Amino acid sequence: MSPAGVPGRLEVRIKQKLYRAASGGNLHVLGELAFTLANGEVAALVGPSGCGKTTLLRIVAGLDHDYQGAVVLPQGCRLGMVFQEPRLLPWRTVEDNVRLAAPQVSDGALSALFGTLGLAEHRRHFPGELSLGLARRVALARAFAVEPDLLVLDEPFVSLDAALADRLRAELIELVGRRPVTTLLVTHDVEEAIGLADRLLVLSASPARVVADVPVARPRTSRNAEEVAAIVSELARRSGA
Amino acid sequence: MPAASIGRARGIEVVLRLISLGLLIAAWWLGSHLAGERLLPDPQSVALAIIAEARSGALAFNLGVTLARVAASFVIAMALGTAFGLVMGRRRAADRLGDPWLVALLNLPALVIIVLAYIWAGLTESAAIAAVALNKLPIATVTVREGARSLDPGLDDMARVFRMPTWVRLRHVVLPQLAPYLAAAARSGLSLVWKIVLIVELLGRPNGVGFEIGTAFQLFDVTRILAYALAFVAVMLVIETFLVQPLERHVSRWRPRKA
Repeated sequence: MSPAGVPGRLEVRIKQKLYRAASGGNLHVLGELAFTLANGEVAALVGPSGCGKTTLLRIVAGLDHDYQGAVVLPQGCRLGMVFQEPRLLPWRTVEDNVRLAAPQVSDGALSALFGTLGLAEHRRHFPGELSLGLARRVALARAFAVEPDLLVLDEPFVSLDAALADRLRAELIELVGRRPVTTLLVTHDVEEAIGLADRLLVLSASPARVVADVPVARPRTSRNAEEVAAIVSELARRSGA
Repeated sequence: MPAASIGRARGIEVVLRLISLGLLIAAWWLGSHLAGERLLPDPQSVALAIIAEARSGALAFNLGVTLARVAASFVIAMALGTAFGLVMGRRRAADRLGDPWLVALLNLPALVIIVLAYIWAGLTESAAIAAVALNKLPIATVTVREGARSLDPGLDDMARVFRMPTWVRLRHVVLPQLAPYLAAAARSGLSLVWKIVLIVELLGRPNGVGFEIGTAFQLFDVTRILAYALAFVAVMLVIETFLVQPLERHVSRWRPRKA
């Protein structure tokens, strides 16, 4: 599989990824695509829908080995992932869902995590009894409970109302602030990307390549509308160039 | 629905069941009087025969022996059927390899399998149990294969990402998804298995309900035939009510209940 890496560092060097369509013929999903994330860095992948972001995440997560190139995961990598849908086990309680993914988690750490995410009173509930917002929180809790070296988030706040998405974003920032973890986030919402990431990786339409690598300088907690506007215009300038 | 009307609905259900049972016994009584005691003994004499067999200890012994055979062949067939079904549902090559065998076994009459098992392995206990298990195996395999084909790939990815060990994945991710298919296979399996066990006992075992019924057949003793058949049906009913149904309720406890 992947060669041994450096602690906390994610290295992605993809030459290309073809997808065999059901109708026959190949779909060129990813083009030449390379980037490296330093330990604790949070990067957001932004790009048009259908450009292969989820495919890229699946390759990074080791769910798809059928590509050309290499992905070097952090040394001794423990992976935490939040999928687009919560993907909880409907037949296990909230607590069991988290514990099955993270058997090593201590009672104290679990309580703290549930406290931060507002899940304390839902421990014994089954996923079918939760709203989508709560289920998403459980998925976040599960990813953090494994104390990952690499966190992969695939549009974790899609199809939530704006206020709830904002709250969850704030909770995510708090969790990442508490224990720095190399994070790769996919979103199609540039403002969300700017709010969460240290760095934006802008992808082109399929076959995806990195067309811009934009650092976000200010700390997460003090980002404001002005900063967002500046980066959005920077992005516009670069993609015009 | 408020509790009072739930209670009333349940009460009506019980009354309907009792009426149904009463009608059955009445029809039996009537049939017995029309056909004559020799062809169809009345419920009372069958009940007395059951009591007499129970007193002598023969009933418990024969029921126990048959039940043990049912349990052994059922467990073997379900375990192997689940394993084969899972592999065939997940791996295309295994499906292609195993499918002709499955079709052949599905279409082989139970009697042929039993007779061949006795010829090849002798009139032994293991031949009897293997023959019954082999009869049930293809149906269990086909049902579980259907379930394995419909496993959620999203949950599979989740289990892989979080590096769940194989056993955890099987117990907490795969088997719960298969539960409805396993329940269907178990339900149909239990009733099929005990019917085939009786034939196996009739043909080549010196004890059990099937053997007793075979002896009664030679003596034209309809009372005895009915006594053993009804006693065994009662045992299976008890198993269904106190084992299968509570298990099903436990397995599906996570489903949001309907009001």
